[in-house]
Amino acid sequence: MNTLLKIEDLCAQVAGKEIIKNFNLTINEGEVHAIMGPNGAGKSTLSYVLTGKPGYEVTSGHIWFKGKDLLKMSVEERSREGLFLIMQYPVEIPGVPVTSFLKHAVNAQRQYNGEPELDTMEFIKYLREEAKKLGIDNEMLKRPVNVGFSGGEKKRLEALQMTILKPSLAILDEADSGLDIDAIKVVSNGVNALRNEHRSLLIITHYQKLLTYIKPDFVHVFADGHIVKSGDQSLSEEIEQNGYAAYTREQ
Amino acid sequence: MGDKAEIKQIIDESGDKYKYGFVTDIDSDTAPKGLSADIIRLISAKKGEPEWLLERRLKAFEFWQTLEEPTWAKLKYDKIDYQDLYYYSAPKQKAAPKSLAEVNPELLKTYDKLGIPLKEQEMLAGVVAVDAVFDSVSVATTYRAKLAEKGVIFCSISEAIREYPDLVKQYLGSVVPYTDNFFACLNSAVFTDGSFVYIPKGVRCPMELSTYFRINAKNTGQFERTLIVADDDSYVSYLEGCTAPQRDENQLHAAIVEIVVLNNAEVKYSTVQNWYPGDKDGKGGVYNFVTKRAACRGINSKISWTQIETGSAVTWKYPSCVLQGDNSVGEFYSVALTNNYQQADTGTKMIHLGKNTSSRIISKGISAGFSNQTYRGLVRVAPNAVNARNYSQCDSLLIGSTCGSHTVPYIENRNKTARLEHEATTSKISDEQLFYCRSRGISEEDAVSLIVSGFCKEVMQQLPMEFAIEAAKLINISLEGSVG
Repeated sequence: MNTLLKIEDLCAQVAGKEIIKNFNLTINEGEVHAIMGPNGAGKSTLSYVLTGKPGYEVTSGHIWFKGKDLLKMSVEERSREGLFLIMQYPVEIPGVPVTSFLKHAVNAQRQYNGEPELDTMEFIKYLREEAKKLGIDNEMLKRPVNVGFSGGEKKRLEALQMTILKPSLAILDEADSGLDIDAIKVVSNGVNALRNEHRSLLIITHYQKLLTYIKPDFVHVFADGHIVKSGDQSLSEEIEQNGYAAYTREQ
Repeated sequence: MGDKAEIKQIIDESGDKYKYGFVTDIDSDTAPKGLSADIIRLISAKKGEPEWLLERRLKAFEFWQTLEEPTWAKLKYDKIDYQDLYYYSAPKQKAAPKSLAEVNPELLKTYDKLGIPLKEQEMLAGVVAVDAVFDSVSVATTYRAKLAEKGVIFCSISEAIREYPDLVKQYLGSVVPYTDNFFACLNSAVFTDGSFVYIPKGVRCPMELSTYFRINAKNTGQFERTLIVADDDSYVSYLEGCTAPQRDENQLHAAIVEIVVLNNAEVKYSTVQNWYPGDKDGKGGVYNFVTKRAACRGINSKISWTQIETGSAVTWKYPSCVLQGDNSVGEFYSVALTNNYQQADTGTKMIHLGKNTSSRIISKGISAGFSNQTYRGLVRVAPNAVNARNYSQCDSLLIGSTCGSHTVPYIENRNKTARLEHEATTSKISDEQLFYCRSRGISEEDAVSLIVSGFCKEVMQQLPMEFAIEAAKLINISLEGSVG
């Protein structure tokens, strides 16, 4: 099995505060990993460090993605390489229709891969087919990105973006969301439909509930800036019953 | 094709973003520097004008000398020395070319480089008729014969003065009198050329009319004058475009556009203003002081201004609507983009005089770099303007933290039945928006232009199709270097 992502001794800080400390994780192609941890432990920091969000500073360590040095890539290059973050709180972009936004995204990726850009007609046809599978009607594709969208609609749009960008590694960050079950089902269906032997998934969550929709191969407990315990799905069930107390330092 | 490659090379070599900065090497017939009654007589004589027009010019000049340059706008610029300018410069060519074949090939080449087709068989054939104004004179007008079949008059204002003196005498200065303001008064004294349009009763103009203004000569002011008259039940869509060479000295441009709209007529006036904005350190660029006003004199008449303002070092411009006729409608759609050290003080005036008049203002200002921008608008409802309606929306978008944006709306209401709404927002392109776009593979520069295009969408939709694409490209070019 090929290694997709390898994080080695990673330390990262936000606003001068060290959040990730000597973090190690390897994800192979086709694997689903879940990272669980108490609220406020900095789980989301990991997803932002991976995607390269400004303000999240790596102080030491390495991240290899498909054998390439991820930390040397810009945010957009990481995306074009096949990294996709399903956001908890996707932002609104007034006046920019979903179709036009996604056409820019897809063509940026195609250009990066040396493929010809899709023209508008080709793209709309393709987009409508994929949207239909996720229960998104053509009207929603004409609306400005996330503007006035319900929670469920936002998740549908995230799932649609993931579907058409076909990432090698999708990161589902639900670290501190209120976990709207209907919305989660939408994303889970999208994620499950994309699962295959080459595509991997990293789920970041507080709740075990999410993992009943997307079954992980590995579960890791995140505390004090790194993984303190790894196991299979039974670990998440144990946490559901006993909480995180056993894994966090005495207060 | 050869020319396009040549321009591309010029741009690449100069490393600059302004595509239209080249200079046409052509002999010019230039009046001596400076402004005096004698210079005005000389201009008038060169143009073979009737006595009444010369008298008006001299009266305007006399009045202008009593005026002070206005200082109320939020603009800072070096004092203009009006005696240090040329007021007349015309490319040398055969007097009044009868056809395009007689136009100096250097001029045709220039407009070709600018992407303005003066050959009637070009890409936009049959869609757009063009009047090309080069420095002080109109050099060519296309499709005149085809328009004449419908009775539409489209020619240079100089020609109109000679050929249609009654129409010109009736309407010229009737919307913007020479006493209006400092710059309008100066224009009334020294204007050299511009376009004239007359749409007869009941005619829907069969194609877009367009004037393309080009300042070429050094230290030359361009003072053009446009007059559009839409007679009863007529319609016309008109577009103006403007560019100038890249020069270190500032160039002065003070134009007047007058529009008269009669019963049930409609005029749509679109501007894509791309005068040279100066370099990234604020050196050079055009000073753009323009008075544009439309009088909706007829019942049910309508005027719609759409402007895309990306150029000029300094812009002072308030296209206005005087809603005299009952049920008349005025609209103002504006995108103003300033970058580097550009300054713009722009907006509109909606003057409600007739009953049931309505107006709509959609203004989108984008500021980047060290630029400063002000929306200044007036909505006035006169005592007899029963049931007047106005909706104003002024949105500002800031890129970076060194630019400025200001909104100054004036509302004067003298009728209790009026319904006036005003909304204003100021926003920044947020880091979250940029990150969201980039995390989907879209580069930062593309993300900014996508967000800006979304911000301007409502206005861009008002432009005729052929120009909307051009305007969108222009906005992207003007934004270059504003991020990172």
